[in-house]
Amino acid sequence: MAIDKIWVVAEATDQGPTTTTLELLTAARDLAGTVEAVAWGAGTAANAAVLGEYGATAVHDVGDIGDALPGAPVASAIAAAIAAGNGPSAILIPTSYDGRDIAGRLSARCDLPVLTNITGLVGGDELTTQHPVFGGSQIVSARFTGQGPGIYVIRAKSFAAESAGGAAAAVSPLAVGDLGSTNTATIVTRHVEERTGPKLDEAEVVVSGGRGLGEAANYSLIEELAKLLNGAAGASRAIVDAGWVPYSHQVGQTGKTVKPTVYLACGISGATQHMVGMKGSKNIVAINKDQDAPIFGVADLGIVGDVHKVLPALIEALKSR
Amino acid sequence: MNVVVCVKQIPDPAAPQSLEPGTHTLDRSGKLILDDSDAYGVEMALQLAEQAGGGEVTLVSMAPNGETSGLRTALAMGAAKAILVSDDALKGADALTTAKVLAAAIKRAEPDLVVAATESSDGYTGTTPVQVAELLGLPSVTFAKSVAIDGSSVKVERQTESGYDDVTSPLPAVVTVTAGVVEPRYPSFKGIMAAKSKPVETLTAADLGIATGATGQEITSVDEAEARAAGEIVVDEGDGAQRIVTFLEGLKLV
Repeated sequence: MAIDKIWVVAEATDQGPTTTTLELLTAARDLAGTVEAVAWGAGTAANAAVLGEYGATAVHDVGDIGDALPGAPVASAIAAAIAAGNGPSAILIPTSYDGRDIAGRLSARCDLPVLTNITGLVGGDELTTQHPVFGGSQIVSARFTGQGPGIYVIRAKSFAAESAGGAAAAVSPLAVGDLGSTNTATIVTRHVEERTGPKLDEAEVVVSGGRGLGEAANYSLIEELAKLLNGAAGASRAIVDAGWVPYSHQVGQTGKTVKPTVYLACGISGATQHMVGMKGSKNIVAINKDQDAPIFGVADLGIVGDVHKVLPALIEALKSR
Repeated sequence: MNVVVCVKQIPDPAAPQSLEPGTHTLDRSGKLILDDSDAYGVEMALQLAEQAGGGEVTLVSMAPNGETSGLRTALAMGAAKAILVSDDALKGADALTTAKVLAAAIKRAEPDLVVAATESSDGYTGTTPVQVAELLGLPSVTFAKSVAIDGSSVKVERQTESGYDDVTSPLPAVVTVTAGVVEPRYPSFKGIMAAKSKPVETLTAADLGIATGATGQEITSVDEAEARAAGEIVVDEGDGAQRIVTFLEGLKLV
């Protein structure tokens, strides 16, 4: 089946469409003649200009879902359009908390398979997907073989977001389908954890700490170094699980994907789950006392040494400049 | 308070992993163990059942070759029983097929709550629990970093991009938990001995009325990723910090 029309599931915050949404719109432009967005929330009308600028000619508006989680209503609306014969030939969904909910529910509702953790798409008569496996050391290529639109769940930063200079997209409503009991979970309170400095997934420098720091108090070294370099502080899953730092700091498979100019991995061994999130960094510096740590396999500069000595010395050297 | 925990038995992540020639799916022919990510869900379920003052924890798993070693680990932690779906026809099953199998098995246990990890450590698709919820017609709350039962509803702190949300859902519901939601207990000797005699019901896809066959997707090739050029790895002789400064200077970052 030729790819004529692609729908991009367009997530947004109060600041507008997410960067990943714009990345997917950009990628979709190269793959199909028609690119449209599916959006929800109170800001859709205001976001139509940006969605249009990045290539969407239409926005299918699921409407303001209030305090509901997006998974059930957004999936049901897309499913209803597919069932009515008004669906696209492919649906691109960001790998995010809500994106995965939408993909899972849409897949089950339409009885369509889903391809996840995609980092590359190759166009043509059909789409071929690329997925990193084993910490990114190998790339698996895959495709859908059945009927019906493919559901593609794509990781952040897989594509660059580039404006197409398009006009504002036309907004039209997309009706929510029958939800039964699937939409009964509600958000009671939203908590925003304040961060200072550049955002983790946008910073030019990311300094991350891992288990090698020894104890939670030593994470202050990571924060201090990040601040000196005007960068963001990140973390491995191990120390997030251990409760040393909030989840919003996590880099890796289940956390953020980062591609800074330089990534400093301090006391991080380089587990598969971490590598997937940072391997695309332009430069990687690693400090680890274990010379066999996998992180050295991807490091441009590796210091086999004690983070408790190297980090304070590095901070001192930068301060004295 | 009856809780079902979806658990996956996976090849030991510490051992070398490989893809099967031909199908390019993960080689699962060797010994399988309980996915570490699932220990958190098992612990969470045990604590919720204990706090509710009754009910039991049932494990539901799909695995090749009648594998039960991972299930025994979770039974040793305190789960009461397990349902294992094992069928050669399910080899290489995709996430949706897996969800259909799990959903059908879960129905048999009639749970008040279904708990799963946010994603497995081997396939990390991260969609299966939500597919299960949709197939069962249940609400779902994913990425829970805290879970509590309040009467006939479940209260969850759900991770978000900017922090977390307090989410409440009526029961029954599907909740996926992150690593770190609770500290999993180590099975006691008594628990390990008791686990040997706990019931494990083994079913086939046909027992559950699940059609097997084409999954609607295929792997077309597997290629080596472009390797990063080998870097300079040096042992710190007291000059490590200065080397990093020089490297950053080269990038005009300091």
